[in-house]
Amino acid sequence: MDEQHQKQKNKYSIIVPTYNERLNISLILYLIFKHLQGVDFEVIVVDDGSPDGTQDVVKQLQQVYGEDRILLRARPRKMGLGPAYIHGMKHASGNFVVIMDADLSHHPKYLPGFLRKQLETGADIVTGTRYVKGGGVHGWNLMRKLTSRGANVLAQTLLWPGVSDLTGSFRLYKKSALEDIISCCVSKGYVFQMEMIVRASRKGYHIEEVPITFVDRVYGSSKLGGSEIVEYLKGLVYLLMTT
Amino acid sequence: MKHIVKILSLVIAITALWVGLLQTSIIPQSHTWLLPIYFVVSLGCYGLLMVGVGLMNFPTCPQEALLLQKDIVEAKEYLKQRGVDVSTS
Repeated sequence: MDEQHQKQKNKYSIIVPTYNERLNISLILYLIFKHLQGVDFEVIVVDDGSPDGTQDVVKQLQQVYGEDRILLRARPRKMGLGPAYIHGMKHASGNFVVIMDADLSHHPKYLPGFLRKQLETGADIVTGTRYVKGGGVHGWNLMRKLTSRGANVLAQTLLWPGVSDLTGSFRLYKKSALEDIISCCVSKGYVFQMEMIVRASRKGYHIEEVPITFVDRVYGSSKLGGSEIVEYLKGLVYLLMTT
Repeated sequence: MKHIVKILSLVIAITALWVGLLQTSIIPQSHTWLLPIYFVVSLGCYGLLMVGVGLMNFPTCPQEALLLQKDIVEAKEYLKQRGVDVSTS
């Protein structure tokens, strides 16, 4: 009864950064609205000036779902993930913030699970993990699995982070927690995701994990490149020294 | 306390233990001198083992890809009917 009452007082702001996600943004918004019926939420699309017309599609979706449920808060060009979240948060009216990718690797069907976990445990942060039973990935070849596993073992050994999936970016934060942590994070890209969760862990925030499945992107081009390994190692050393 | 401080304290504690072993000769000195090398090698082997085990048990979800395809078809139909452009170009 108390949980139900609490649920009614909560509003969830879902921040989705996009760049050239013209088709994916429709699909993901459809799925979010499908799986979060009865929940008070808004989606904030932070588009970095996509040349493929992503913003036009978002405007069409606003006609379907309502301009109060889908907020388009664009920026002129690519300005980084961290700044995208900060920009999104400025327009967030919820007391909880969800961050997720637009490319369908994060499936909105897990959102109710995130919300439920948070209500059950009172956690400050609920993070999705691909590496535990019940979770998983699809579309990764052996090389990618190897680098992922190697990267994870290295990070676990060096950082003792307290979570099983450091680079994951499918997370639910209490808005106050996110504001606090994001103000001290300076990294870029996915090292930024690592920095967020490690700093949260160091600060003593209550973090829970839920298994999620991650299907490698279906449409569009991945933003993951080759120099990522060097960036990753640099990021680990940085986190080792400063957290 | 910063994490690096925790790690350095651990390293110092282990080093102190090692020096202690050297001085009191509980283990023959020739063995004791090699202990750090054994330690580093063991750590490396343990790491490789963890990577190998993790790789073998890497959870995969091929059925999720199929479910996703279904979701995509459903979404495209619904949105197309409502005037949303669901083309890829």
